Amino acid sequence: MRIEHWWYTLPLRVRSLFRRTRVEQELDEELQDHLEHKIAEFRAQGMDPEQARRAAMRSMDGLTQRKEECRDARGVNLVDNTVRDVRYSLRVLAKSPGFTLVAVATLALAIGANSVVFGVLNALILRPLDVPRAESFYGIQRTDEHFGGQSYPDYVDLRDRNSSFEGLAAYGFGQAAVDMGDSPSRSWLEELSGNYFDVMGIQPYLGRFFHASDEHGPNSAPYIVLSYDYWHTRFADDRGVVGRVVRLNKHPYTIIGVTPPEFHGTLLFFYPDFYVPMVNQEQIDGVAWLDVRTNRPIFTAMGHLKPGVSIDQAEADLNSIGVWLAANYPKADPLVRYTLVRPGLYGDFLGRPVRAFVAALMLLASLILIAACANLGSLFAARAADRGREVALRLALGAGRGRILSQYFTESLLIALMGGVAGMFGSVALLRALSVWRPLDRFPIHIPLHPDASVYAMAILLAVVSGLLFGIVPVRQVLRADPYQVVKAGMTVTVGRRVSVRDLLLVVQVAICAVLVTASMVAVRGMTRSLHADYGFDPNNALLVSTDLTMAGYSTDRAPAMQKRMLDAVKTLQGVGSVALINPPPLDQAWRSAPVFRDDTADLSPSKAAWRSMEFAMSPEYLRTAGTALLAGRNITEHDDNGAPRVAVVNREFARRMFGGEAAAPGRYFKLSKGSRVLVVGVVEDGKYTSLTEAPKPAMFFPITQSPNSETWLVVRAQRDSTQLARTIRARMHELDPGLPVFLQTWEGDLQGALFPSRVATVALGIMGILGAMLAVTGIFGMAAYSVSKRLRELGIRMALGARRKQVLEAGLGRALKLLACGSIVGIGLGLLSTQVLSAIVYEADATPRDPVVLAEVVLTMLALGLLATWIPAHRALSLDPIRLLREE
Amino acid sequence: MSRPTDLVQGTLDLLLLKILALEALNGWAISQRLKHVSGDVLQVSDGSLYPALHKLEQEGWIASEWRASENNRRAKFYSLTRLGKRQLQKETESWMRLSGAITQVVRLEEA
Repeated sequence: MRIEHWWYTLPLRVRSLFRRTRVEQELDEELQDHLEHKIAEFRAQGMDPEQARRAAMRSMDGLTQRKEECRDARGVNLVDNTVRDVRYSLRVLAKSPGFTLVAVATLALAIGANSVVFGVLNALILRPLDVPRAESFYGIQRTDEHFGGQSYPDYVDLRDRNSSFEGLAAYGFGQAAVDMGDSPSRSWLEELSGNYFDVMGIQPYLGRFFHASDEHGPNSAPYIVLSYDYWHTRFADDRGVVGRVVRLNKHPYTIIGVTPPEFHGTLLFFYPDFYVPMVNQEQIDGVAWLDVRTNRPIFTAMGHLKPGVSIDQAEADLNSIGVWLAANYPKADPLVRYTLVRPGLYGDFLGRPVRAFVAALMLLASLILIAACANLGSLFAARAADRGREVALRLALGAGRGRILSQYFTESLLIALMGGVAGMFGSVALLRALSVWRPLDRFPIHIPLHPDASVYAMAILLAVVSGLLFGIVPVRQVLRADPYQVVKAGMTVTVGRRVSVRDLLLVVQVAICAVLVTASMVAVRGMTRSLHADYGFDPNNALLVSTDLTMAGYSTDRAPAMQKRMLDAVKTLQGVGSVALINPPPLDQAWRSAPVFRDDTADLSPSKAAWRSMEFAMSPEYLRTAGTALLAGRNITEHDDNGAPRVAVVNREFARRMFGGEAAAPGRYFKLSKGSRVLVVGVVEDGKYTSLTEAPKPAMFFPITQSPNSETWLVVRAQRDSTQLARTIRARMHELDPGLPVFLQTWEGDLQGALFPSRVATVALGIMGILGAMLAVTGIFGMAAYSVSKRLRELGIRMALGARRKQVLEAGLGRALKLLACGSIVGIGLGLLSTQVLSAIVYEADATPRDPVVLAEVVLTMLALGLLATWIPAHRALSLDPIRLLREE
Repeated sequence: MSRPTDLVQGTLDLLLLKILALEALNGWAISQRLKHVSGDVLQVSDGSLYPALHKLEQEGWIASEWRASENNRRAKFYSLTRLGKRQLQKETESWMRLSGAITQVVRLEEA
């Protein structure tokens, strides 16, 4: 029935749409035919031709109206009207290019900001991981106060004892020197359980993957699976690469396959160069941990849940294994809770701050959009007021209010769509650029923000919604317009005592902008504080030389000798003030911590630990080289070596917590989980160890000779230009061992990693603040300029009557300034509230908006913005020539 | 010409469909036929005929076609479609019901 209906009617509609003139002509012809018959009829009744024609016309009851009825009956008037509205709107907008440009640019920025933030939200949080059947794919998070990793034996128990997962895979990170025949280079890799690719359900792009059946104990599977990108850049897409043998840390490994282009592991940010079986970890890491339960190098264990198994069931299953582990290995495994998480952001560890931050950004971005809508809404309302006469005329000529409104909405939607499209392209370009950006030199980290269809859709949706939003503002004006009054008396400007919609909009807008400015000020202030915080060491003018001796084939017991040779080699170089070993440097991502026990604790199971302390190993020169102050006791010496009793230097926080103060600490003991008693010989100042915003953490520094490790960092205090020094050091290292891949950077450079989160936050919030400030300026400017232009005549009369400049300014701008003040106060108030939340996320406790400096900055900024925005209108009001003005009017 | 007698709403559609069910006609001929069949009781203004025809065409009940009229002039001829036949049947039935009901009401003896 419906189909048959369309069968008859569709061709008609298409025809009336696209063959308009033809259809119109036919309509004419048809009616003309009728008319002629009618005339002939009247003639036959004896009328003269003219009489007959007029009678015939009368009989039609108005030819034009009938035609319009026929057109209405065709049902294409809607389309027709829309086309007409669009054309008319384009003409109107083209007539005031300044207005159009400002409006489109405002919206483009606002929608662009939203769509960028949405792109981030979409890519990092909403979009499922790019693995087959991502909806049932979960990682296991070990809810520990400290770190979520697993030990290999624990992983094996979880894998074999659970009944919830189809299969459980595991991965960890590593670095290795890759030697393809030329000089070795350092690469980032992931160590994978043998079943990894099968659990994920991924097929090789080239060659084959390794499987659980390839594992036959430690170091039994020397295979490499390359990532597509690494294969592309290092092997130039050479398909013959499969079967080639390369050396990893001097051990031969066979390349067996290449992963598909879109696959880069399961941690969103991390792009490893290649993958090796976890059973070969000893050759990569230098220490064996496959049978060590206390070492937790596995980053995440994960897999697909079996069909029908709920998250709760799976967690209960895992936790019962947890109870079993704690009962059987009390020394190694405290009772912890296991939860299921999405592995893309490493569960809650990265996920929680990222989610909170992106949500906060989304909130700010939507505030910007609301401010932009308020801005445009008041602009449109002002325009509608100016066009009152046009509206009145059209109403008087019989146009329906609906038609006039639809024309207004067409205008606002057009602006919105133009702005939306511009914002969309801008944001997509920005997202693409951010995706290829590699923020930290040392790590293969990308932020994969590749925009997809939902980003485009969101931008357009936002455009339409905001178009309707600010289009709705002038509706009341049109509905209430009384054509009779307007045509008779001209547009009356109500110099309002009343609070108008436009005033409210301006206050809203200014308030939002003040919130944004406050937020960005807090961020910037927090950042500057971070930069000038006391790190507990001096990163200026110092170099970090890092290498892993495993990569050059040194075993751990041979490492100390080699490290001594490196120290001696660098010490004698020109321009070197001092040099020391530290493992790891504070604020480096490689930080470690360990549980510590009071000396009187007998039971050394993890649950009896006093707390966890940051753990460092150093050579005696470190404190001097780093510029860390010794507060009490003595430094470690060369004599605190392997044969001597274990000693440590602790920081003030450690001393306070363990011994009640720095003076009491030297000479006292504490214990480590393996049972060794450690004598505290000295106390140093507190420092920052994992992040710039952390609360003081306890830390202990062991003599490096008592805890040898193949990972090696040299801190070099430079006496002259450090870039040149870097070159000499590199050359010296090469002389020492050409097979040793060395990474050199300034200590400040190394801190980029620690600074990265707050830097991102600062930039993002700063941009939001700038956008907010721009909106405030255009909004206030629009309002002030409009109110001055509306009252030019009045101002002119006042001046002619002898008003002083101050009075003129007050009359012209007083209202705008009052609104500005209202908005600012409300906004700063809200800003104080909201940034409390914000700073808790970004800076933990650092710069709160209560900070008087921040408050002063915000007030000054808003004042400056207000002055800037009212400057031109004020100038215009003051430079009025009353005589000319009155003559013109 | 006087204003058209107020037709019961929808009756014009029914009349047009009925007339076109007999044969395909052009606008002028339809207006003449209307006058003849209904005598002077039902008068349709020449003006309202065409919008009504266009509406029926849009509904898919009638189709139009340009061809030569009796005096060899090009004219637009309307004819009933299959959908139109069904519609005519439906409207005839509902008219019968309505007029029957009204006739009964009118014939009620006043007490």
